[in-house]
Amino acid sequence: MIRIFKIAVRNLMRYKRRTLLTSLLITLGVLMVILFSGLSGSFKAMMIGQITDANLSQIQIHKKGYVSSMDSIPLNLNLNSKGYAKIEDVLKSNSSVDAWAPRIKLGAMLSNYSETTNIRLNAIDPEKEVKVCPAVGNRMTFGEKGQRKELIRPGEVILPDKLAKGMKIKQGDTVVLVANNKDGSVNGLNFTVAGITETVVGPQGKEGYMHIKDARTLLRMEQPEITEVAVRLNDFDRLDPVYEDLKSALGKFKNKNEKPAFEIHTWEKLSPFYNIARMIDLMSVSMKLIMISIVLISILNVMIMSVYERVREIGTMSAIGTTPGKIMALFLTEGFTLGLISIAAGTIIGLSGIFLLNIYKIRFSFGRNDNLLLEPSISFTELFWLAAIVLLISVFASLHPAYKASKMEPVDALRHV
Amino acid sequence: MALVEIDNISKNYQMGEVQVQALRNVTLSIEEAAFVSFVGPSGSGKTTMLNLIGCLDKPTKGKIAVDGKQVNDLDRKQGAIFRGSVFGFIFQAFNLFPVLTVHENVEYPLVMIKNESASDRNEKVLKALEAVGMLDQQNKRPDQLSGGQKQRVAVARALVTRPKLVLADEPTANLDHKTAVNVIRLMRDMRDKFNTTFIFSTHDPGIMEEAEIIHTLEDGQLTHSTPRPLNGKEGKNDSNI
Repeated sequence: MIRIFKIAVRNLMRYKRRTLLTSLLITLGVLMVILFSGLSGSFKAMMIGQITDANLSQIQIHKKGYVSSMDSIPLNLNLNSKGYAKIEDVLKSNSSVDAWAPRIKLGAMLSNYSETTNIRLNAIDPEKEVKVCPAVGNRMTFGEKGQRKELIRPGEVILPDKLAKGMKIKQGDTVVLVANNKDGSVNGLNFTVAGITETVVGPQGKEGYMHIKDARTLLRMEQPEITEVAVRLNDFDRLDPVYEDLKSALGKFKNKNEKPAFEIHTWEKLSPFYNIARMIDLMSVSMKLIMISIVLISILNVMIMSVYERVREIGTMSAIGTTPGKIMALFLTEGFTLGLISIAAGTIIGLSGIFLLNIYKIRFSFGRNDNLLLEPSISFTELFWLAAIVLLISVFASLHPAYKASKMEPVDALRHV
Repeated sequence: MALVEIDNISKNYQMGEVQVQALRNVTLSIEEAAFVSFVGPSGSGKTTMLNLIGCLDKPTKGKIAVDGKQVNDLDRKQGAIFRGSVFGFIFQAFNLFPVLTVHENVEYPLVMIKNESASDRNEKVLKALEAVGMLDQQNKRPDQLSGGQKQRVAVARALVTRPKLVLADEPTANLDHKTAVNVIRLMRDMRDKFNTTFIFSTHDPGIMEEAEIIHTLEDGQLTHSTPRPLNGKEGKNDSNI
């Protein structure tokens, strides 16, 4: 086999310029795929991290029917304490769940005593919330000097930056929040503006924050209720299987109508960025298809030329006793070797490119998020599959020419001029 | 039993709408260790005869047995294996592999056909190259050799597997007369040394004189066979080709 490989390399070197050009073309294809995968993968991971760690959480659990009507923030689809206890039991029993946090979502009127506007609020238990969304505090700026221990205290509100700016509200100002409870009665409370939060991408990206105890007071809840349970997993890569486990466990609970009492969604169902992520994946697949086409056409062309130019040589090989299988193996090895050289060169250049991009840090803006840092990387698994695809296509492209060579009649091939 | 037994073979080719009879009802036998030539003008059927004996082609009619085996019905793979085990081939245009060195060209049948170990291969290749006087050229590529040297390498490649029969189709056609005679004498020396049967074709009267048995073909028919004892006639091979 080593000798066949050696002969294959010699045959490739026979037409140096052609081999070099073909190899360069494939190398370029591999390089493009590695750079695109590295950049797009980094962008995707960063945006998903922003969405799940700073705002939405990885998984959310609601009362059945809430998500389809979440734009109206329906208070009558809140979970009572019994429902929350059942959800907690399910979450406790799953070792893949790292943390969870209750939230109350509400709409209110915000007044600075001279102007009034609508605001969507996310009422949180700050200690639990930071475990589920560890980056939530990174979006916030606080008026207090020095380190702030709690994200939010009772009596405080954190307002979205655009809204605060529009209403000319500063940190430390007092505002009034007025809200309807689920029975329709109205209640109002004074709050101190403790901080300002940056807007992020997604349906919950423009919400202000308040303490969950204040929400219960404002909404005059006689019994504790929550709107949703936000969940964080130990390993984000196991999102789908854990989601299925939780869905199955929660599906056992039925409401009075014998229908599922809860609904569970991953971030993918809750954020429009999922569609962008899908588009990125689709573009990545397109890049790979382009690369496959380059490899296929380039190697097919080289191998067809190689067979036509070496008909007499094939005749000689066959005449002196080389079996058709070995002739085929020789040409397949040539195609494989061309692919191997190209994937090696493409991988080395591609990884060097990713290394350089990490040195010369690339920053960009996405939506209202500025100064985002791209840290391109590519996994070993992806590199392995890329190499496997190129090598497989190289062999596949060589199959027909190699088969043609192996089927030549030696007497005809020797006569070839 | 003869090494090659040809029983009433014919070979027809279809050239467009015309059928050409390349060989017609030829019957002959060739003994082991013979030094045989097929002679005749162009188109007389010499190459066809060698192709049929060498299992490169199949007769339209008749039977061929080589080394006791009927070769008419061998498929492509069986034919290749049989050729690799019984035959050595020498071609008019040398047909050396241009990307391989002289050593590697001679080694090729041992690697690709015989699957021999590296140490065995090396020993056999060196012996074969020494026998044809090309040991000092073993690291050169074919394009660095003269025509006569290339044909010597081809002889070494044909003999390295120790075949029973070497077929050489017009092995001297691309060589000047002196070189051609030397190549033929080299072949005969190899026959003497290894007891290998040599069958070659030629249309050069000076070369056909070197054969012990001359089969003459005309229009696809064997017109006569002439045994020619060479006692006292052989000249020594001049290796300075």
